[in-house]
Amino acid sequence: MIEAKGVKKSYGHRHILRGIDLTVETGETLIIIGGSGMGKSTFLKCVIGLARPEEGSISVDGIEIGRLQSEEDWAHYRQRIGYLFQEGALFDSLSVWENVSFGLRYLTDIPPYRYRKIASEKLALVGLKDVEDLKPSELSGGMKKRVALARAIASDPSYILYDEPTTGLDPIMSDVISDLMLDLQKKLNVTSIAVTHDMKLAYKAASRIAMLHEGKFLAVGTPEEIKSSANPYVRQFVDGKSVGPIHMKLRDFDPDEESEEHGDLRVS
Amino acid sequence: MRHFAAGSAGVSLVNNIFERMGRKILFFVESLGHFAIFVRSLIRWVVGGYFEWKQILIQMLRIGVESMPVSVMTAFFTGMVLALQSGESSKHFLNEPLFIGTLVSFSMVMELAPVMTALVVSGRAGAAIAAELGTMKVTDQIDALYTLGTDPIRYLVIPRVAAFLLVLPFLTVMSDFSGIMGGYLVAKVKFGIAPNVYWHDIIDNMRIRHFVHGYVKTYVFAFAISLICCFKGIETRGGAEGVGKSTTAAVVISMVSVLILDYFATAVLVALGIT
Repeated sequence: MIEAKGVKKSYGHRHILRGIDLTVETGETLIIIGGSGMGKSTFLKCVIGLARPEEGSISVDGIEIGRLQSEEDWAHYRQRIGYLFQEGALFDSLSVWENVSFGLRYLTDIPPYRYRKIASEKLALVGLKDVEDLKPSELSGGMKKRVALARAIASDPSYILYDEPTTGLDPIMSDVISDLMLDLQKKLNVTSIAVTHDMKLAYKAASRIAMLHEGKFLAVGTPEEIKSSANPYVRQFVDGKSVGPIHMKLRDFDPDEESEEHGDLRVS
Repeated sequence: MRHFAAGSAGVSLVNNIFERMGRKILFFVESLGHFAIFVRSLIRWVVGGYFEWKQILIQMLRIGVESMPVSVMTAFFTGMVLALQSGESSKHFLNEPLFIGTLVSFSMVMELAPVMTALVVSGRAGAAIAAELGTMKVTDQIDALYTLGTDPIRYLVIPRVAAFLLVLPFLTVMSDFSGIMGGYLVAKVKFGIAPNVYWHDIIDNMRIRHFVHGYVKTYVFAFAISLICCFKGIETRGGAEGVGKSTTAAVVISMVSVLILDYFATAVLVALGIT
């Protein structure tokens, strides 16, 4: 179980997370939706320990992240969590099988002679064959995502965090990734959190959907509850309408703000 | 009214200048703090004895193979120029080209080969390191290392620093030899100096401590270049443009640092009598 209590995180003057309270039950798939720059990826990074909250706590199976100190503690913690990066983040200089098995050396006691076999097994789980010796530059976008997913599950984690798993993929490949998420959930019995804008993925893969807006969760519910929500913010987002309480505004260009906020569109 | 508006604009301009200066100072102090944390982390991993030997070997081959042709060629022509200049000067003042071997060997071994090799390697391998780590940073590969249970300092930085420390002295020795050979070619072809005269000139005057003087400096340069280039790479922000900026900054800072450190290293070595 993942439990977040009062999590706050800022970058400079921008308050990204403003007191997040959330519980993700073991075995469920929680999909977090929300506009760009609302803190979805930041929340995932807090869970994996890539970002440190200023206030509040996050615990996974009772282990509080803020209390992890030694390299061994972190390795033990990260062995339980697989992370799929938005663009895959595969290591360009390594082959596919080396990418997939990379974490085994640092996160597990598995002997090196078994790495390649494990990599092939994980690649097969995500529907890839005979790609072990290719370099990431030789793969399509969808294949890269699947290799990254194979890497995320290589150390048999109990939790998988997906950061925009279908971004940049065509609709068919997006559906393939949705099916993979469901498949992995069944086969590996993992608990998942995914952040996405893709409502089709959210409705298909989620046990529950949570909408994050301006650093707080506005609504949390089953896909059916979110679909029929009367909350005007949720309605506007799931219906994908430009008119409503969420205003998209094109800001005046300011290079300094640009570098801090990583984008020129912001929901206000 | 117009006078008031002009005054207000002046105040705003001054405020703007102070604000910009303040931002620059803050950025500089913040960078120094990040660099201190970076070095502390490096020391922690080194003291812990965590070495990625395979990565060190890969980096040694990359840095050596990438930089050797350029550094050897640069030193060869530098030696040729030195021989030509010194030969012409001594002909002008002494009516014959004297001490070409001594001048070329002393200049190359104690000063030019260490400095020029360091400059060439920082422009070639240092830039490649900053660009590679910068690209890894902006494509989340550095974050991926953390999620996969290792630390970028351990996996990326230590092998590069170690490779620099092992390869740069070797490249410098190659440059020493290449420069002296360049000088020999000009001494023989241009001034008709007999080979035994040129080589005896070097053997009679050169001592081990002269070689040590130049050799010790290469470790200082190797440490500085590798630290600066790795740090600038890992601190990259802002996509492809950021990678370009950090690569340029890495090369410029490391080259200037080599020249500044050269003075201080020389001063220390002179004080220690290694000269």
